[in-house]
Amino acid sequence: MKRTSLYETHLSLGARVVDFAGWEMPLQYPTGINQEHLAVRSDAGIFDVSHMGEIRILGERATGFLRYATLNDPAKLRPGRGQYSMLPNNQGGLVDDLYVYCEAENEYLIICNAANIGPVVGQLKDLARAFDCHVVNESDSWALIALQGPGAALIASRVSSDPIVDLKKNRFLNTEISACPVKLARTGYTGEDGFEVLCHPTDAPIVWNVFTDAGALPCGLGARDTLRLEAGFPLFGQEFDATTNPLCSDYAWVVKDKDFYGREHIWGKPCQQKLVGLKMSQRGVARHGYRVFAQEQEIGKVSSGTISPLTREGIALAWIDAEFAVIGQSVAVEIRGQHIPATVVKPPFHL
Amino acid sequence: MQTPSELKYSRSHEWSQVSADGKLITVGISDFAQDQLGDVVFVELPEPGRKVNAGEAVAVIESVKTASDIYAPVSGEIIEVNEALLDAPEGINDSPYEAGWLFKIRSENPAELAELLDAAAYIKIAEEG
Repeated sequence: MKRTSLYETHLSLGARVVDFAGWEMPLQYPTGINQEHLAVRSDAGIFDVSHMGEIRILGERATGFLRYATLNDPAKLRPGRGQYSMLPNNQGGLVDDLYVYCEAENEYLIICNAANIGPVVGQLKDLARAFDCHVVNESDSWALIALQGPGAALIASRVSSDPIVDLKKNRFLNTEISACPVKLARTGYTGEDGFEVLCHPTDAPIVWNVFTDAGALPCGLGARDTLRLEAGFPLFGQEFDATTNPLCSDYAWVVKDKDFYGREHIWGKPCQQKLVGLKMSQRGVARHGYRVFAQEQEIGKVSSGTISPLTREGIALAWIDAEFAVIGQSVAVEIRGQHIPATVVKPPFHL
Repeated sequence: MQTPSELKYSRSHEWSQVSADGKLITVGISDFAQDQLGDVVFVELPEPGRKVNAGEAVAVIESVKTASDIYAPVSGEIIEVNEALLDAPEGINDSPYEAGWLFKIRSENPAELAELLDAAAYIKIAEEG
């Protein structure tokens, strides 16, 4: 099992550590998932997400390479800007979803999910040959800390010498926190304002403590999951996988009309099912794999579900037959043999 | 972690409070169990009047991460359930031995009570995981 450079910090904070994609990661701290969740919605929390992958792309044709290899268009980026993107396979689905940061002209840093570092690096290397680009797995060289919440900007500006408050969404800059060099991006996965901070692994405990001393509450992967779900954000492995077409989701905007790997299997394909939000009309926790019904017919399956810590309602994302994927449609989720009514809604659930 | 010595326990982490006459059993989950589950977000309780067997799954507690069956420690009839938990399931976390009680059973077989564990035996099992 792998450990991040913040492992000892988590233990000293009393974290409950669980296996996540081969990493020993904090699920929650003694505060509990609900309080951690609410702290991010009302103030600020920090997350260790150092298990995620970092991959550098270099080469004179790096932009052209990533235009082909990924679904969004990196040609729209300039140095200091990032974009959400996806890595398609050639069977009409995805290898992973990604963040792509433009470091310099024809130099990019990609963030991918921990569980997919191998497949992502492998496919990028395969495709890079035709473009004479270098694909360097830098995952062991970076720690990643997410500072999230409406209070995040105040905390970040207090601890950095640069004018962080002016940093626009999806942009990043190289700065210092407590003399530690960091890449600070105004991005996140919670539906709140916030930052993701890349730093050297040995500096991570320093950066972490600077943020907690400034008032950010340590939050585990449990709260990270309820926050992203409440915000309606997809999680690869739940909402998206090797068979899902992102054009059949609210993330169709990611897929730009250009030549890309596997395009013939994704572009213009009819959507038999669509990814929707569900709000439960009665108490009940819809979980991954639970069946969704309409008019007593099975129409799909839940991809993620929970009780919203903020609204205390049951919420879920689900792939359902396209004809029922209409806002306001009444459906039912089968929970332990019972059909619990729910309504198709458009996420986010917390606004 | 609290494990009151006046209660009886099951290997599946329920506690049982036995009335003086041995016929009324109040059931909840241990402090250890609620801590392991994390924040409880949903509780499904049995219908009062339901006849249950010892070891039968009769309730469900769902935390953010998982759903757990709750087993009847003894056979008998469910005579009361803690409906306050339906709106405030966090009572199980905040007060596992008092506000967080789940249901009461009228026991029909006093011999079953002897099968339950005392606090010391339960602590040993809980610690061994």
